[in-house]
Order: sequence, then structure tokens, then C-alpha cells
Amino acid sequence: MVEIEIDGKTLQVEDGSTVIEAAHKLGTYIPHFCYHKKLSIAANCRMCLVQVEKAPKPMPACATTVTNGMKVFTHSDLAVKAQKAVMEFLLINHPLDCPICDQGGECQLQDLAVGYGESASKYEEEKRVVPDKDLGPLVATDMTRCINCTRCVRFTAEIAGFQELGQSYRGERAEVMPFIGKTVDTELSGNIIDLCPVGALTSKPFRFSARTWELSRRKSVSPHDGLGSNLIVQTKHDKVLRVLPLENEDINECWLSDKERFSYQGLGSADRLTKPMVKQGGEWKEVDWNVALDYAAHALRDVATTHGGAAIGGLLSPHSTVEELYLAQKLLRGLGSDSVDFRLRQSDFSADGKRAGIPSLGMKIADISGLDRVLVVGSFLRKDHPLIAQRLRQSAKKGAQVCILHSANDELLINLTARAVAAPSQLPALLAQVVKAVCALKGASADAALSALTVSAEAQAIAQSLASGSNTAVLLGNFAQQHPQAATLQALAGQLAKALGGKFGFLGEAANSVGGYVAKAVPSGSGLNAAAMLKDSRQAYVVLGAEPELDCADGALALAALKKSAVTVVLTPFKSPAMLDYAAVLLPVAPFSETSGSFVNTEGRVQSFYAAAKPLGEARPGWKVLRVLGNLLAINGFEFNSSEDVRSEALGAQAEFVSGLDNGLEGVRLDLSAAGGAVERVADVPIHFADALVRRAPALQKAADSAVPTARMNSAMLKKFGLDAGQLAKVGAGGTAKANLVAQLDAGLPDGVVRISAAHATTLALGPMSAVLSVEKA
Amino acid sequence: MNTQNTMLSPELSPESLKKIDREVAKYPADQKQSAVMAALVIAQDEKGWLPKETIAAVATYLGMAPMAAYEVASFYNMYDLHPVGKYKITVCTNLPCALSGGVHAADYVKHKLGVDFNETTADGKFTLKEGECMGACGDAPVMLVNNKRMCSFMLPEQIDALLAECK
Amino acid sequence: MALIDTINPLLTTGWAKGDAGWSLKDYEARGGYKQLRRVLESKMSQDDLIAEVKKSVLRGRGGAGFPTGLKWSFMPKAAPVKYVVCNTDEGEPGTFKDRDLMRFDPHSVIEGMIIAGYAVGAKAGYNYIHGEIFETYQRFEEALDQARAAGYLGDNILGSGFSFDLFAHHGWGAYICGEETGLLESIEGKKGQPRFKPPFPANFGLYGKPTTINNTETFAAIPFILGMGGEAYLNLGKPNNGGTKLFSVSGHVNRPGNFEVPMGTPFAKLLEMAGGMRGGRKLKAVIPGGSSAPVLPGDVIMDCTMDYDSIAKAGSMLGSGAVIVMDETVCMVKALERLSYFYYEESCGQCTPCREGSGWLYRVVHRIEHGEGRPEDLDLLNRVTDNMMGKTICALADAAAFPVRSFIKHFQGEFEYHIENKKCLVDPEVQRMGSGFFKAGNV
Repeated sequence: MVEIEIDGKTLQVEDGSTVIEAAHKLGTYIPHFCYHKKLSIAANCRMCLVQVEKAPKPMPACATTVTNGMKVFTHSDLAVKAQKAVMEFLLINHPLDCPICDQGGECQLQDLAVGYGESASKYEEEKRVVPDKDLGPLVATDMTRCINCTRCVRFTAEIAGFQELGQSYRGERAEVMPFIGKTVDTELSGNIIDLCPVGALTSKPFRFSARTWELSRRKSVSPHDGLGSNLIVQTKHDKVLRVLPLENEDINECWLSDKERFSYQGLGSADRLTKPMVKQGGEWKEVDWNVALDYAAHALRDVATTHGGAAIGGLLSPHSTVEELYLAQKLLRGLGSDSVDFRLRQSDFSADGKRAGIPSLGMKIADISGLDRVLVVGSFLRKDHPLIAQRLRQSAKKGAQVCILHSANDELLINLTARAVAAPSQLPALLAQVVKAVCALKGASADAALSALTVSAEAQAIAQSLASGSNTAVLLGNFAQQHPQAATLQALAGQLAKALGGKFGFLGEAANSVGGYVAKAVPSGSGLNAAAMLKDSRQAYVVLGAEPELDCADGALALAALKKSAVTVVLTPFKSPAMLDYAAVLLPVAPFSETSGSFVNTEGRVQSFYAAAKPLGEARPGWKVLRVLGNLLAINGFEFNSSEDVRSEALGAQAEFVSGLDNGLEGVRLDLSAAGGAVERVADVPIHFADALVRRAPALQKAADSAVPTARMNSAMLKKFGLDAGQLAKVGAGGTAKANLVAQLDAGLPDGVVRISAAHATTLALGPMSAVLSVEKA
Repeated sequence: MNTQNTMLSPELSPESLKKIDREVAKYPADQKQSAVMAALVIAQDEKGWLPKETIAAVATYLGMAPMAAYEVASFYNMYDLHPVGKYKITVCTNLPCALSGGVHAADYVKHKLGVDFNETTADGKFTLKEGECMGACGDAPVMLVNNKRMCSFMLPEQIDALLAECK
Repeated sequence: MALIDTINPLLTTGWAKGDAGWSLKDYEARGGYKQLRRVLESKMSQDDLIAEVKKSVLRGRGGAGFPTGLKWSFMPKAAPVKYVVCNTDEGEPGTFKDRDLMRFDPHSVIEGMIIAGYAVGAKAGYNYIHGEIFETYQRFEEALDQARAAGYLGDNILGSGFSFDLFAHHGWGAYICGEETGLLESIEGKKGQPRFKPPFPANFGLYGKPTTINNTETFAAIPFILGMGGEAYLNLGKPNNGGTKLFSVSGHVNRPGNFEVPMGTPFAKLLEMAGGMRGGRKLKAVIPGGSSAPVLPGDVIMDCTMDYDSIAKAGSMLGSGAVIVMDETVCMVKALERLSYFYYEESCGQCTPCREGSGWLYRVVHRIEHGEGRPEDLDLLNRVTDNMMGKTICALADAAAFPVRSFIKHFQGEFEYHIENKKCLVDPEVQRMGSGFFKAGNV
């Protein structure tokens, strides 16, 4: 620690701190533009010049390291003169037309110019004009306003992991731009809008729709992946106009993925269901709530009476709130059904009944940054968990070793130490090899089931990396959780963590991947899980927030089952042609922004939020709809006055983290069998197709990550099928199911697989995400 | 204008790649990016100028982001981001040269070729550029031909001879 | 070939045969690589070697004049990977000494760098060569091949167990790479935007490793210093201004070229060596240390001696030893316009005051030169330069400001005349003929 003095106030700060950090500790604001705590120090804007005793020249506070006894003056004549000088230079080529700038009212340059600028400029030469750039559908540019602080450039290179922006040319002609003809395609691109201290980079979807002071703000939580990013939802006249990150160092830091930031556009989709609807005589009619609720209650009661409660299945979206999930399962159980599940994309349920507790990340999210060895198993990490990938990217730069074992070889923009890629059916054996090798390195005895395995070079490299660490973790991604041998992968990850003395856990796919378990939205007793209740189709279904044809592991099967059912009651913010086909009642429930509720994120943290806006049309919060349904069905225990009441019953006493988390597994027999010779499907869930809300966000749907799925395979596979990249492939899966898809070369894929995305209308017909495929030239 | 260059493949010839490899070998194995300046010069020599596809190809070859290579290509002023004539003549007009006729030499070339700075003659033969200090002020006026050949003491007779020599 | 003249030739001893005397055998014939051999064979300690250089009071020849031995002693001993870097990015207008050193005696630079590598414990070095002198770069590559083939470079040099390799890296048109950290960035394959210091290169240099950067002439002096001894070298010059120095004289003299003179030689003597004023015209002004140094009126410089201290006392800088001589045919506004354009063109664009200020300065000077000056412009220029100076990462903003301030300070009347009368004080025809480009009856 060193002691320094800033404007007469002394304080102790850590060695190596900068003056701006020390000042921040004291609550002393030093004006700045280029400095950002998460980015490398550029020291280029020069706004933070301060006086340091004995230094002949003003020093940049952002780049000046404190020394013991240093005296800093942030408001001395020398400092203020320097700051005013810099402000004048910043403004000479900056348009002074704040009233027509989208950043007006929330512009750091505007704010600081009030304090440090002169009322009139002495600059009477012609001002610089910089051509705008097309950065894609999300970020708008007004490059003449750019002050060349390079925050956005450093963000793409350092945080997003690939330098998509640069500062080209030099001197006064320097300009920030992407490579000629390229857009900014990172899944984290929206953060450059927040980082831009001026109006050069603004939100394209939000552009010119409101002034900052016209907006109401509410804290909220992202309803997408399992991270539970903290949000500030901004509304005007009860319409969400913008979503910004709410800084939470333990979760999303100060970032958001583009999905989290721009999905709000889907809230205003034309698909929004704004009135209850019932199908009568094959005709859809908008009806009053009481009519619709009566209809739904009667229909469900009829099925329960006629066929028994077990004839009803509940398919619940893991993006629903804890309160909704809890009441939905309670409703179904009240009707006599234990067939309720929120794990819609899971295909292996053999671990059910064998778990020691609720599966979760197995550590705090923030702990990820402290790991020195990480193995990610079965994950499209960068797209499935953009901000966890970001954490690992930073860790790897600081020396942590990150390895991946997966069925695809996507660019993670993480400096990986080792990777092993194999067809899905071979993943368990490959992970088992790592376990075996680690046990050998650690002198631990390995599971007898692994004795026959030969350790491959890739597995050995991963094992060596892991065994050399002192703080290790194995993280099972969405693909591992959706895998047909998911229980085996989990068991192996557990063995591996045990041998390493490390941790293991799941990267939660959805906002309530942990919360669903806590809310008991899983089958019990003889109840059927999500896959079984589709395979063995039910007389009636209650669907909450999901589009089963896109959200289930086997969309085709889901669609068939729903169509076959006598009654399907759908509680949903959105209607779709498919729903109109299979449903009997559509009840408009509020999306996350229009209801209070809670998500339990992947680390088990309970995060509750309030509605940011009034429900659209006649939509109502899901918990209220379910409560009334419960009342109508005369089920006991539905006397709730608020969502907090529901939460209390679902989660018990209020706590920061839920209890009962345990990734332990007992009695799972390792299944190391691998399919031979068949062409296996590798299905990712593309980032912008993963849930009902994001699928309806128009700007995101124009982004590079929203491309129409193709049939991706390596060159040997292309050759095998006589295909050239770009040609149309006829892909079949089990019998008559087929889809025509463009063949695409993906050199990173292993032999024996074709990668075809799920959750998209064009691939729905192919059935299960883990299908065996046939491919031929169309 | 050398427009046919835009039709060329962005890929570099094996000879150019060999030259680039020689540059790469100068630096530590994990610092291939260090060779980007030399590699862009080699690419420019082959293509006549640096189309964006060529810059991207160089970046890919060296394992760096294309944008990072573009930053370099646009920062250093002897890289040509637009097609130039067969002979690019760069005249130093900085003060020491100007004292000994640098500006007058540039005017003389302009008059002879009928082009201004940053223009190319109609036959695509000459492009004229204004240069900054070339570090040869004692030889003023100085000119560079195609970046690599320095011409000293360029008085009218010498300029006439140079232009005549450029076929 | 630039004209040379010397008093006590040292660095320029090898220049006598010009382009015909640069190769290894010539260098060896005049005693080249003897000092390297002596250092290696005697297993001279690094401390002794650095002490000898300190004794010479060799000050960095690139412009800043920092004592070389001291700089070397800053290199951390324990670091496993270190570098020696030579700055041959000679782009300061008026400077052209390193080009001749590299053309006529490249091996002296190579030998100096190897010895420096030995002194600081580096195993590799890079010589960054100005992009515009590509032929010189190619010659240096050839010289490196010769040295490598003869066993002066590479593994186990001369069987000593010491290994050192040296490579050439060329620039491609950016003045800012002459700034040592901009140069390091450039070697790393980036834009040459200078780094904030500290950390200084001795701790965080090339690829983040401890690095010693010296000017070409500094390295070239090393073998001579070791040959004659540090003290003898110091005594060639003045106290605190050791040795001889190359001066590049350009502009309105009869014999522009490089001249090696002992530190402390009177300016008048240097001018005489350069053949005196062209056409016998009157000396108006001199920029004594490259374009970034403040200009001095003719009568002031005539009283100066050519060393760091004397020139500093007169209000300018010895810099790189680039002496730009201007006679009475020069319009000082036009001369300043050209310099201001240079800094505007060469600003790297990183720091706000330089990126924005260099263009502002140029535009105002340009206006004055083109008859659109306003009475308040001189105050404005002084205020803008004041706001630029000392507020940026590197010294380019200061370099852009110094000429403006010094030109106005010493030639205010000429600037005022320009503003008032919207034309040059010096008759345009006189200016035209001053350059010597046009002979009577020509064009």
C-alpha cells in the first residue's frame, strides 16, 4: 500500500494503482473520455490531466501510477488550464449541434463541456467531416462526432476478442472504422454504444426515438441465458424503448450481450397476443378473460375427469419466472398430473432421481475469473454464454489455461490451451479418456469402467493442462446437457473434478435453468418428463411461455403431440401460426418486462424484479393468470395476493442464493458406447433463435448471428456426399423427415457429423437435435 | 490507371510468400505480426497497390485481424490504398528541400506531366505524390521513384532525364 | 553522395571511398570488429564496458542527448530476454547523417550494436531503418549477411559463447516512428503510436521486454570509444559534451552535406566548412537541431558553438545535429507554413491536443501566408501552442509548437507585415531564385 494525497485528502491505495483509481476511491471525479476501467490504458484523450507535485508538466491521471507521498491536485490552476485546453481541442472539430444529436442529454462530452468549455470557440477554420460507417443493424454511426478515444476499438480487440474496429489513417484524418466493407459482428457489439462517450456510436433500434430525460427506468433481469444479467429497462408511455446494462461485477460486469440488449424489440412484435382467444368450431375468437379462463379451466377439468390427471402434460419454458413455473406445476399437480417439465431441450433424463440436489454452476460466476484451469465440455460457449466466454477470455490472457472438449470447433476468441473435437456419440468416451489420464497424473484410481480406454493425444493434452492447475473447474455447456448421454457426461465431469480437487457444474441454458428445479417444475413420481410426455402424447397440454416446436429437443415430435392432443392451453406473450393450429385456448401473459417475478441464475442467485411497463393490451402477469385458473379449478393453495407471496412459497425465506444446490450424482451407469458409421447431427441453438422473445427482435434477426441454418460439414464429408459448398443438400432424418439446406464447409467439424442448427423453422422437420441423418445432393 | 489490378486475385504469389516468410523469420515465433510492414510492401510490389482483399490476405497469413493490418496500411504513407501509375514519383517539399528547390522541382514535374499531386497521368504511367522528409536533405531536391529508388539533386536536367528513362 | 568534411575524423574515417568502402573486408581493413573481438576475448565485464561508455560522456545522437552509458545501466540484469534496438528512422527534416553512416560504414553500426548487446545482456537486436531509404536498408541487410557469415553475428560469436543476432526492420513513411516507443510499436507490426511512459523501454520495451534504444550514430561511436578509450573520446569534445558529432548542413549553403566536428566547434567554422552562404547572401536564420528545434536568428547562431549546452543557452536545441541554413531570400511565414504542414501531416492522431492542434496551427499559418491573416492570429497561434505543449504522450506536439513560437518570436515583424499587407516581405521573385532550382533563362 502507498499513501497519497489528492486535493489535500490523504488515502492509502494499493501499489500499482493509478491516480484516477485512487481519486475514484475518494469520490473525486477527474474528467476523462478514453479511460475505462475494463479497457487497457490509452491515455490519448488527455482530459484527465492533473497536477502532480514536482512534475513539470500536467500528468494523465489514468496512466500515472501512484507513488508513496505523491501529491495530486485535480483542480489547481495548472490542472484546470490543461483540462480546459484539452476541452477546447476536443470541441474544435466536434459539431456543436447537440439538439440534433441522438446522444444529447447523455453525452459525456456535452456534460464536461459545460464545466470546462468556453462559451464560444476561437476556431474559425472549416470543421472536419468524417464519413459514417455501416456497422450492421445494431449500431448507428455519426463519425463526425467521434473524438478518437478508441474505447470501441479497444473493446473489440480486448473484450470481444477480435479487433473488428480500428483507428485508421493518422493525425487529424484518423478515423475509427471497421475493415473496409465489414460490419461489427461480435455478439457483444452493443457495448460499444455504452462505451462511446459521444454521439458517434448510438443504438440503431433506439435512434431518435426518445430523449434520455423522457424515459422511465426500472431495474430488471435478463430473461435469456442462465447468467441473469442485470438490466436497466427504459420505457416511455409503457413501451420499452431501450435496455442498458446495470453494472453488477459479480454477474455481467458492465456488459450485455446483443441478445440481452436488443431483444426488447420483440416485446413490441406484431405477434404479441393482446387478447385472450379461444377456438370454437375451428374458428379463433377473441374473448373476455373470464370466458377464456372458464373455457380453459373446464377443458382441463374435463380431461382430468375423463382420462385422469396424468393425461395432462405441462411444458414450461425455462425463461418463465420462478413464480410462473411454481404456480404452473402446482396447477398441474392440483389437476392430478406429475408430468410437468421445464427442461425442454434435454433428451437424457436418466439422472432424474439420482441427483443429490439441484444442478447448477457449482460455483459463483465471479469465481470463474479466478480459475487457473478450465475445461469446457459440450458448449457453443461464445454464443450460448457470451459473457462467461468473455470472462474466460480475460482469464486466459492473464495466464489461466482454458481447454474445450466438444463436437464443433467454433472460434471462441479465447486463447485455448488444448481442444478435442469428436462426434457427439464419442464425447463421453473422450471425456472419459481425460478422466483416466488425469487420474493417472494425479495418482488416483479411475473408475473401473474406464480401464479399457486408450487415452488419445488430445485427451492427454487436456488432462495435462488440468492436472497442472490448483483451481480447476469443469463446465458442462448446453450441448452437454442436451446430449443423449448427458448423465454420463455429468458423472464423468464429477469424477474429473474429484480427481482434480476442483469444481464442476452446468452453464445454465436459460434464465431459470436452476429456478425451474427450485420451483419444482420437474416431474415427480410416475410423472413424465418433457421428452416422455411428447413421445407418449397426452390428452391435454398446458404450455407456458414456450413454443414447443422450436424450444423442445424434438420439435417435430412436439408439434405432432400437440396437434394430437384434445386440449392445449397456451399461456404466452406471443401467438404463432403453429399455436393457432394446435391450441384450444391462448391466454396472453406478460413478458418479463410487464410482470414482477424472479429468476434464479446459473449460480443459484435469486434475482427478483418488478414490471417495467404495463402489460400490453389485455395481457396479464402469468402468476395472476395461473392464480385465477387455480381458483377456478378450486385447487387448494392458490390464495396469493402478490408475486412476492408466490415467491415466498416457492423459494422459502428470502435469501441471496437458493439452498439445495448439489451437482452430485449417485448410481448412474457410465454409458461410453459410441454409434458407429452413422452420420450424426450436431445441433446448436443459434443465439438469436433460442427463445420466443429474441426470435421476434427485428434488428437482431438482421445480424450476422441470425443467418438461416445450413448443413455444415468438413471437406471429407462434403466429398463423401458429392457436395460442393454452396450446393443444396437434401437432409433426411428417420423416415420421411427431410429438409433442403445449403451445404457449408466447416473445417473444424469432425468426421461423421453434419451440423444443423435447431430452433429454426427450416430445420424443424428433422426432428431430434441428436438425430441420425442421411444426406444427399438435392 | 492500373485498373486491371483490381481483377487480380488477392492471393499472393509463392515468390511473395517466400519473401514474407524470410521477414517473419526475423522475429520471435509468437510475433509474426512484426512482419506486417514488410509483408505489405512485398504485397504492394506484387500487386502495384494494396486492394483490401490483399491486405486481408496478408493479415490472414500473419494471423492478425484484417483491421489491424488496415490500420498499418493506412498509417504509413508509402502504402498505396488506391491504384497508382507504373511510376510513382514522390517529391520531397519539406523545408530543407524547399530551400534548395524541392517545391520548384515538384512544380516542374507537375508542369511536365500535366498532373497535380495525387493524380495519375492519363496513360497510367505516372502518379505524382508529395512526400515528407526522406532523410536526404543534403541531396536536395530529392525524389523517390516507386518508393525504393532515391533520386538526388533533381534539377531540371535531372528531372528530364528521369522522366525520359521511365518507359 | 553527400559532401563530407571532417576535423579529427572518427565516425567518418570509413567514408573516404564512399560507396566503394562499406563492405566487411574494407571495414576489417580499417580495424573493424577489433573492439568486438577484444571485448569477447578478454571477457570484459558488462560493468566495465558500461563504465567505459559512461566515461566517454557519449550523449545520444538522436536528438535528446541522454548519456548513453547511463541508459545502458538502466537495463535490468536479471531479465531473461532483452533487446537492443537501433533508431535509423531518420526523418527529422534537415537530418541525413544516419543514412550516410549506414551507406558508407554499416559495419560500425553493427559492431556497436553487438557490443551494446553484450553490455546489456541482449541476445537479439533490430535496426529500424527509415522507409524512404530502402536502398540503404538493402545494403544493411547485405552487411548483416556478411557479418553473420564471418561469425560476428549468430550463435557463439567468435567462439566466445556469446550469442547475438541482428535484424533490419524498415519503416514505410511515418515520422513518428523516430520516437522510440512509436518505433517499438512499429517493429511489433502496429501503427507507430508512441506509448505512455513510464514504463520506459529499459523496463518495458520491445514485446514488453527490457530494451535499449539508441541512435545509429550513437552505436557507430561505440567501437571508436572502445578503441581510443572513453576519456580520450570525451576529450575530443567539451566537458559534458563528449566526442565528435556529425552535423547535417542543408539549405542555403554552397556545400550541403555531413560534417564531423568535435563537440563545441563554433557554428561559424561549420558554416565555413559547408562552403559558406550560397551566392554569398546574408544569413537570416538557422534551425540548429532539426525542424523541431526553435529557429535562431543569424546573428544569434553566429555566436554559438555546436554542442548541447551552448545551443540550449541560445534558446534552441542541438537535437540531431541538423543545421538548416536560411538566407535572406526566405519568407519566414512560408518556411513556417511548410514546417507546420509537416507536423500536421505527421501527427499520429492519438492525443487530442496534437491531433487537433497541429491542424489548427497549420490552417492559421496557411491563412496568413495566403493573405488571409488576421491581427489576432499571432496571439491565437501562441495560445494554441501553449495549450499543446507538455500535454501529450510524446514530444511531437511540442515539436509542432516550437517552430511556431520561435518563428513568431524572432520574426514577428515579418508575420505582422504579412497579415497587414497580405503578401510576403521578401519579394516573390527573390524567393524563387533563392532556391537555386532555376538558372537564368531556365523555365
